[in-house]
Amino acid sequence: MDTRPDEITPPMVSNADDLVSNTDHLVVGGRSFKSRLFIGTGKFPSNEALRRAIVSSGTEIVTVALRRIDPTADEDILDAVPDGVLVLTNTSGAVDAGEAVRLARLARAAGLPEWIKLEVTPDPRYLLPDPVETLKAAEQLCSEGFTVLPYCPADPILCKRLEEAGCATVMPLGSWIGSNQGLRTRNAIEIIVEQAVVPVVVDAGLGAPSHAAEAMEIGADAVLVNTAIGTAGDPAAMAVAFKLAVEAGRMGRLSGLAASRMMAEASSPLTGFLS
Amino acid sequence: MTATPVVLETRPEHPPEGTAAAEVVSTDLRYLRDIAGSATAADVDRSLSASHPSLVDFAVLLSAPASERLEALAQKAHRITKARFGATVRLFSPLYLSNECVSTCTYCGFSAENEIHRRTLTPDELRAEAAELHRRGFRHLLLVSGEHARIVSREYIEECVAAVAQHFAQVDVEVQVWDADTYRRFGAAGADGVIVYQETYDPATYASVHLKGKKRNYAWRLAAPDRAAAAGIRRLGIGALLGLHPDWRSDAIALAAHGRALIKRWWRCEVQVALPRLRPAAGGFEPVDPVSDADLVQLLCAMRIVLPDVGISLSTREPAELRDALVPLGVTAMSAGSHTEPGGYADESDAEPQFEISDRRSPADVAAALRAAGYDPVWKDWQRA
Ligand code: SF4
Repeated sequence: MDTRPDEITPPMVSNADDLVSNTDHLVVGGRSFKSRLFIGTGKFPSNEALRRAIVSSGTEIVTVALRRIDPTADEDILDAVPDGVLVLTNTSGAVDAGEAVRLARLARAAGLPEWIKLEVTPDPRYLLPDPVETLKAAEQLCSEGFTVLPYCPADPILCKRLEEAGCATVMPLGSWIGSNQGLRTRNAIEIIVEQAVVPVVVDAGLGAPSHAAEAMEIGADAVLVNTAIGTAGDPAAMAVAFKLAVEAGRMGRLSGLAASRMMAEASSPLTGFLS
Repeated sequence: MTATPVVLETRPEHPPEGTAAAEVVSTDLRYLRDIAGSATAADVDRSLSASHPSLVDFAVLLSAPASERLEALAQKAHRITKARFGATVRLFSPLYLSNECVSTCTYCGFSAENEIHRRTLTPDELRAEAAELHRRGFRHLLLVSGEHARIVSREYIEECVAAVAQHFAQVDVEVQVWDADTYRRFGAAGADGVIVYQETYDPATYASVHLKGKKRNYAWRLAAPDRAAAAGIRRLGIGALLGLHPDWRSDAIALAAHGRALIKRWWRCEVQVALPRLRPAAGGFEPVDPVSDADLVQLLCAMRIVLPDVGISLSTREPAELRDALVPLGVTAMSAGSHTEPGGYADESDAEPQFEISDRRSPADVAAALRAAGYDPVWKDWQRA
């Protein structure tokens, strides 16, 4: 399991480049990444727009739905992914653990990296992750040697159970998928961050760069964004905006956010006995 | 309980990966100590208002500028304690099973080098002691012993746990450290908690005070709470004996790191910490870096602020007035009327105590003092199902 050293030893900030690009890496499943922005590949107007967004964001991990991949087609979504960027196959469309496991095995058989973004969403309206089936699938896939990054409800206990199953991250939702509502689960994510021994990636619902910055400020290790970039007027420019927001939020977190307020409290002294 | 798939039964120099112990060992304590030494007043303000304080905040709250803000720390610790635990203090009693010990620890009255009268309770004597404590009101017992694998064997401890578990709602054990299998047996016999004080987290200091015996194995001891948790024990107690290390803040930081790591790894367990200060004992060991009352208050408040949910226990090592004053700042459990020599409750015992008691009030008097201060003394808050 990856430990989360930043909580214990945030790097001393002397130089912004050092902080964000050179020394402060995200480690997932034993691999080190400079970028803390994951990008989903759905909803882009074209493969070219997707490719430009990926390049301009500096992302090193993109998620691709297995059901979108067709290696026999003239133009496949994987063509838009530059070399060196990790393809995280997702199991979107799976409605139970059995389907998710089958999709992951298909991805393996197709020669894709054994990194799986686990999604089990039986509800076709809000696409909410099923906690019970997600945990079952995670246990199975981890035991088969996959590196599993599960999309899940922002439930601190579920996140601990996924961690115990051997998942490489937990990916709690910020709000309903595609809703652009931002961090509606902020309080729960704060607890998840506090307790986690694997990286916490906030997934789903981040509709604006400021949402991503907020997630990073409260201690998320990374964020995953799709709709907000894919449906933007200029996806490549929005990808840059998210990249900067993630870096700003991360830097804010590490450099010690200022106290928001100090409550003046008139109470009888509790330490008077010392004098 | 689903256990993390880690191998816990080896005895390596370093604790096994995936344990809280390994996380403590890999924590950059020097960095945190430096923070405690260099924090500014602005840092203190920030740490005091952090919504989820980190270990960095803990170090800041132990700093000199934070000692200037002791009342603010105390108010915050008090608010958190009231919010999380209400106005209650759990009372428990230690029951010393044996002062036999084959180890030499320089600070302990039971050390093998000390020529003291040795005694191990027979099952009948144990029952008499337990009956007396039950009569005084206790329902939570802590079984304590020195380390003697033959006289104080795992079978003996198992038998003692089983004997008292019938009559007490909660039984914790504070004995030598064991493998996970033995902890599973203690649990099956009725033990709810395992208490293991690392004494000092600095390996060099550890080696210099643990001269002989099994307790010398630092890593094996450090990972004992992990093994107990893996064996399904629900309550884990840890502590550092303040005053052993040349810099008590350093041990306090490691203790907080350990508590935090245990909570994260073994999230189903209840974690409890103790902050004992070194007391006089046979052997005459003197504290290297004495912790003043004000230091203790600062540490207690910092611990409460950074680990808002941990139990904090306070022993009768501390004097009565101080104990009363510390209750509102974060203490959640207290021993009372303690004897640290085997057989001290039912009869006058001629066995030597482990260390000197300071608060000599009876359990009834301690309970009355708590009530007078607006607290509910709780004799029982747990029942095995
Ligand atoms: S501290 Fe424990 S092991 Fe060491 S001498 Fe005392 S009783 Fe024995």
